Amino acid sequence: MPLLEITGLKKAFGGVQALGGVDFHINENEIVSVIGPNGAGKTSFFNVISGLFAPDEGSIVFDGDSLANHAPNEITRRGIARTFQNVRLFPNLTVLENVMVGQHCRTHAGMWSTILQTAGQRAEEQLIEDKAKDVLSFFGSRLAGYRYDQPAFVLSYANRRRLEIARAMATEPKLLLLDEPTAGMNPRETAELTELIGDLRDKKGFTVVVISHEMKVVEQISDKVVVLDHGVKIAEGDYDDVSTNEDVIEAYLGRPAERDE
Amino acid sequence: MIDMRRTFRFGLLAGGAMAFLGGIGMIESFNERTLIDPILRMGDLFLYGTLFVIAYIAARGEINILEEPDYRAAETTATGAAVGFVATMVTVVYALLITAVDVVEFFPNMDEAMVESLTFEQGAPIGLALLGLASVIVGAVGGWLVSTADGLKQSISKVVGWVLGFALLEVVVTDIVESRDVSRLIYSPNGGLRLWSVAVIAVLVVYLSRRYSGRLTSFAAEVSNADSKSRLRRGVIAFLVFAAIVLPMLLGGILNELMINVSLFVLMGLGLNIVVGLAGLLDLGYVAFFAVGAYGTAVLTSPLSPTFSPQLNWWVALPIVFVLAAIAGLLVGTPVIRMRGDYLAIVTLGFGEIVRILLLSDWLTPLFGGSQGIRRIPGVDVPFLGEVGGTRPEFFVYLTLIFVLIAGYISYRAQNSRIGRAWAAMREDEDVAEAIGISTVSAKLLAFVTGAIIASFAGALFSAKVGAVFTNSFDVLVSIIILVVVIVGGMGSISGVIVGAFVLIGVLGGPKSPGLLAEFAEFKLLFYGAILVFMMLKRPEGLLPSVRRSRELHQDEMSQDAWLEKGGDFTADDAEGATT
Repeated sequence: MPLLEITGLKKAFGGVQALGGVDFHINENEIVSVIGPNGAGKTSFFNVISGLFAPDEGSIVFDGDSLANHAPNEITRRGIARTFQNVRLFPNLTVLENVMVGQHCRTHAGMWSTILQTAGQRAEEQLIEDKAKDVLSFFGSRLAGYRYDQPAFVLSYANRRRLEIARAMATEPKLLLLDEPTAGMNPRETAELTELIGDLRDKKGFTVVVISHEMKVVEQISDKVVVLDHGVKIAEGDYDDVSTNEDVIEAYLGRPAERDE
Repeated sequence: MIDMRRTFRFGLLAGGAMAFLGGIGMIESFNERTLIDPILRMGDLFLYGTLFVIAYIAARGEINILEEPDYRAAETTATGAAVGFVATMVTVVYALLITAVDVVEFFPNMDEAMVESLTFEQGAPIGLALLGLASVIVGAVGGWLVSTADGLKQSISKVVGWVLGFALLEVVVTDIVESRDVSRLIYSPNGGLRLWSVAVIAVLVVYLSRRYSGRLTSFAAEVSNADSKSRLRRGVIAFLVFAAIVLPMLLGGILNELMINVSLFVLMGLGLNIVVGLAGLLDLGYVAFFAVGAYGTAVLTSPLSPTFSPQLNWWVALPIVFVLAAIAGLLVGTPVIRMRGDYLAIVTLGFGEIVRILLLSDWLTPLFGGSQGIRRIPGVDVPFLGEVGGTRPEFFVYLTLIFVLIAGYISYRAQNSRIGRAWAAMREDEDVAEAIGISTVSAKLLAFVTGAIIASFAGALFSAKVGAVFTNSFDVLVSIIILVVVIVGGMGSISGVIVGAFVLIGVLGGPKSPGLLAEFAEFKLLFYGAILVFMMLKRPEGLLPSVRRSRELHQDEMSQDAWLEKGGDFTADDAEGATT
């Protein structure tokens, strides 16, 4: 049984059909890329899965349960975490705090135990911090050491993207949705992150859906590629199939001009 | 050379300020208070103080242009004098205009009496000449002071500070020494310091500061550098605690009364700080929770509560009041959960007023007494002391301090915990907070409820202290002033709220209570406004800001600094990471 199974997903904003009946599934321990030209509905697809928008029609079944009409925080609690295309960190919180906050839905200390500073609450705080440092260590020394106490806004662009992934990882999800994780990175950083995305599955055991524009990244990491255009899935399969698919080429490059005989 | 245009501009500014202070009647009303018996009245202090400050700033700007130190004194003095002269011209024209044209109908304070107050009660020709002379001298002194050596400048400002402090706090000092004979030694029977006591204070201040200030600063440095567990640090803390315990006994009734008022605002400030500063929910109706606390206590404890009158002990009533406040927090919080920013502010503003109007309404009058309020609220029963109410401020102050400590502790614990982080995240970006698994609904409700309960501390203490509650103690101005306390002190910062309450409520006075400077009563809101504008321009993060808040307001500068520290190259750091 697939980890996430989506059937006939529809979402319209006024007259614009952002998603026009998308079917999608991903098995555990897979990496699936979602590609498509600008405005194809990729980010809307993520927004609907993560609960920011309610779907108009269609079903989303995650891990055996329907996700329809759940608040975003509930969906995260069930095990879907995401990053944002336009990096949305908490800029004035420190690097460490950004990740610690990610564990909110996995921890329980309430107002009373916080005020009374119970042993359980103190142990939990310590655990949160340790786990956050552990998650950050995934990115080597880039977000460790003196970086812990820096506010997130001083980070370089690439580090912000890494931190956002770390924050998503801290929610202990089964499924990670990465929205253009390599956008704005230079080739070396892109290569490094591509490798890390592979590690997310191989070493950390996450299932990953990636939106990307960079075909090289898509080629290297994907078990399967799904192509969206105008809110409709136009192709699905492994990279080689999709990259030679005529509909896909047409969607990206347009139809070749008819030649007069 | 003196920059004439600049000096002229500052002169106009000073003149305008002086004319304004006169026009609103402040000088006239402040002049009723003498500060130093024959020579200085409070109105004159503000009139020439303003000029002095502006002249000083004008002259300080001039120094940047000058290079030769010898010319400094002459040039800055001249600049100051010029500012004083221009200011006089403005004021003289203004005074003549007012004498010539009758505008009392539109500006009730702009009459002959005001002109008198500006001119040392001498009227047109002589008084105006005196005004001019005084302005030029004050301006010149202000300018001259810029060029003096730092040591002298410090001594002068210390002397002026102490003398004015003693003069302004005459009532309080008299109250503390509790002996008419002793205070007569310092103060003249007409009010104000005697001339010779000014001299004594000046000599003492100069002598003591010369002798001990070096030691004091080195001691302070030692304390702040000391390890948090060292004996020195502990000794200082023990001393502060001891002082807090003993001080109310020594202070007079006026200061204790003031301390209680300040503490009540500290309490409300701490509560609002949780809602606004930590969770980022702009609540303009916060006074509603204060009212719930006060009226809840009143109904439960007073024998005169109109319908329902269980006459409980204050301590028994307290937990019930907390529950009521928590319910009020939920009632206000639930409908506004989906609102943000401005909309939330407007709706909560409405809620605050609704509570007050409901209390006044015919419908609830049988329960809360309407405009009659509820009287005869008993004080707090304290073991060994009996009933402690407003008539025994020296004991009541301890009670409020205990609740301040509790509220401060709650804020401190919450701020540095899972809950505090969730609030901070929600304040930064509500959608993302929701998307990473924070239930913003429960985080918001928790903030509202915690804030409401802390406000009800203040309400319960307030009604026990005053002994009666009326709806006009809970109007919208109170909400605004609590918010100003939080903003001026520093949003999200516990120590900031405390400092803010001391500065605003302690010195200027709260919405219904006088502060240290009781004369401000009429002009309190003017000063609140002026302070708020000044703070927003010069120090928007507040007096003692929280780290997060100052980051937020200085993001650009900080990223610039971080960039510079790295030698202006962010990618250098990344390259390093890639090779390792």
